[in-house]
Amino acid sequence: MCCLLSLPNKNSNVNDAQEPIGYQCPAMVTSTSDCVTLAHGEGGFMMRRLIRDRIRSKLPPLVSDLGDAVDVGEIEGSIAITTDSYVVSPLFFPGGDIGSMSVYGTVNDLAVAGAEPLWLTLSLIMEEGLPLAVLDRVIESVAKAAILCNVKIVAGDTKVVPRGAVDGMFINTSGVGRLPRNAPPGASHIQRGDLLIVSGPIGRHGISVLAARENLGFTPEPRSDSASVQHATFALQTALGGDLRSMRDATRGGISAVMHEWAEASGLTMKLDEASIPTTADVRGVCELLGLDPLYVANEGTFVAAIAACSVERAMDVLQLIPQTASAAVIGEVIESTISPVVIERLLGRLLAVDEPAGAPLPRIC
Amino acid sequence: MKYLDEFREAKRAKQLVEEIRKTVTRRWVLMDVCGGQTHSLLRHGIEEALEDYIELIHGPGCPVCVTPIEAIDLAQRLSMRPEVIVTSFGDMLRVPGSQDSLLGVRSRGGQIRSIYSPIDAIKLAQELPDREIVFLAVGFETTAPATALAVLQADRLGLKNFSLLVAHVRVLPAMEGLMLLPDNRVQGFLGAGHVCTITGLDAYKPFVKRFRVPVVVTGFEPIDLLYGIREAVRQLERGTSELVNCYSRSVQPAGNLSAMKAVDMVYRVVDMPWRGLGVIKEGGFALNDRFQYMDTQRRFVDAIELPIHVETRCRSADILTGRIKPTACSEFGKTCCPEQPLGAPMVSSEGACAAYFRYQTRILT
Repeated sequence: MCCLLSLPNKNSNVNDAQEPIGYQCPAMVTSTSDCVTLAHGEGGFMMRRLIRDRIRSKLPPLVSDLGDAVDVGEIEGSIAITTDSYVVSPLFFPGGDIGSMSVYGTVNDLAVAGAEPLWLTLSLIMEEGLPLAVLDRVIESVAKAAILCNVKIVAGDTKVVPRGAVDGMFINTSGVGRLPRNAPPGASHIQRGDLLIVSGPIGRHGISVLAARENLGFTPEPRSDSASVQHATFALQTALGGDLRSMRDATRGGISAVMHEWAEASGLTMKLDEASIPTTADVRGVCELLGLDPLYVANEGTFVAAIAACSVERAMDVLQLIPQTASAAVIGEVIESTISPVVIERLLGRLLAVDEPAGAPLPRIC
Repeated sequence: MKYLDEFREAKRAKQLVEEIRKTVTRRWVLMDVCGGQTHSLLRHGIEEALEDYIELIHGPGCPVCVTPIEAIDLAQRLSMRPEVIVTSFGDMLRVPGSQDSLLGVRSRGGQIRSIYSPIDAIKLAQELPDREIVFLAVGFETTAPATALAVLQADRLGLKNFSLLVAHVRVLPAMEGLMLLPDNRVQGFLGAGHVCTITGLDAYKPFVKRFRVPVVVTGFEPIDLLYGIREAVRQLERGTSELVNCYSRSVQPAGNLSAMKAVDMVYRVVDMPWRGLGVIKEGGFALNDRFQYMDTQRRFVDAIELPIHVETRCRSADILTGRIKPTACSEFGKTCCPEQPLGAPMVSSEGACAAYFRYQTRILT
């Protein structure tokens, strides 16, 4: 409902705020020198200066600049490539922002495939009028996340489009990683009897962004789980080898979407146990209030894994030692194909079908 | 959330199911009035657990399901006017009108925003003084007070660019209408807890007296519903008909007086067409004389078209009155599903068909 080209509210100062929260609806910046203008995207000196002073200077130096391309050197073994676009609104939300998310999200896509993330590209599409201070904060956040993930931003692009053509700023990142021999074989190798694990409480990102976008005014504000999962995925891969069948970050569509994909790929049924699926009190509370089901709500730093039953204890030991995945839990098992691809055991011990998400969940009326 | 967990305790739920099974000597027919109850009954497998003992009919208590098609069509037409922004609750956006849903119209350029409270629409009207903000006001007695407060606030602020398309409906007249149907089979009601929180328990006394039918007001958690069902079947087995409050942590005898006062200040009771059910006597609210200047239908008289007859294969009337189960509809799950709904009950998170589609109680174990 609000846009994001906004100044901090009265109670927070952009410089001393630790977390980029508390941003409110638009007090439009009037002086064009404080904003991104169409000229910043036209290829002239303004664009060069913008890229040099506000983007490249903040990111770690490139490997070897070839002008329009970059030489990243040689790589051993298989290469994994992924790409993702980030259009989150608002740009800043409790627990994250579009900058760090655009790094973590793509790193996570590589990590859950079993690849070691190495390089990212970064494309920015900005709306005319975007405050330069906002761009600065996003780029700083990108840089910080890239360092944390140990990935290099090796190429980039900036475009500016007229006001209204995008919602503040969109980001695309593509990622390249090295795929080791012990990468999980994938969802088609999931077997009957395998157990399903989730790495942490579900639904935190979706609820955080919804509450921030719609100014729902919950206290404390629900926080996103946006983070890199590569330490946990790497640890699991090392400890379990081939017993780790498949991993997926449960982004849009939540756990339910991943379960449906796995059911289709394996030809088996994913059976969940409602009581054992971890959720935080605030996510549950907001979901109850709005008539949403956490199973369908997006995550940005939480993944699910299918693991051979004999290795589950080891997997839990590994995950519980990592702070980010300390509340990982076994949430279900893979069973022979039944009439429905995904089922859930609820209160009275009956199995009920879990349907596939159809579009974004809509809040109910009363 | 510990508070809620107590009402979802599996052990207690299983005990209550057993007690209900032991109590009944014949298969009674109960109606859960509210869509929220319908979803809870299906989600937690209660309907299935009691299938051989009780027939549950899922009543008309889904506000988007009964919103007249003309109101949706009018909102859609207005949203295409450059000066208008239509606002409503998220649930409403997927409900099909005669041609399309609000979401569909939005993708073709209609100005439609989903809001969480009527006050959001007021804020929008203040922020955009040169736009006309239309609020499609739907819901039962639960949401009518919030809309009434928005009307009072808009009036105080002297807003000239805010209007309401009022489609608020009243539960009790609909229950009376159902009891008067010649083929009515309902023998007891699970009263809608949230509606009663506003209207108060006492509002149901004349109904119980007139129709001699048990009304047990319940909440929405599985344990709440099971207590309600147990009380209803105990009465039916005894041959009594009483008004019992099984949701006393929320429902008071007199209800929420300040909410009712706001409703009285703003609305008058009118006969209202319910989608799928026809006109229900005293079944809805309209703005009273004092606030009629905020009525969208008065402000945009030129946008009003004569009601059209819409051919539909949706059997919502049969569903909402309990004549058939959603699964008995020949379109269910075939041409009608949540992504491509033929009618409103397949849309909402409170619609009976959507509940069956989502939690379809196929027996798997």
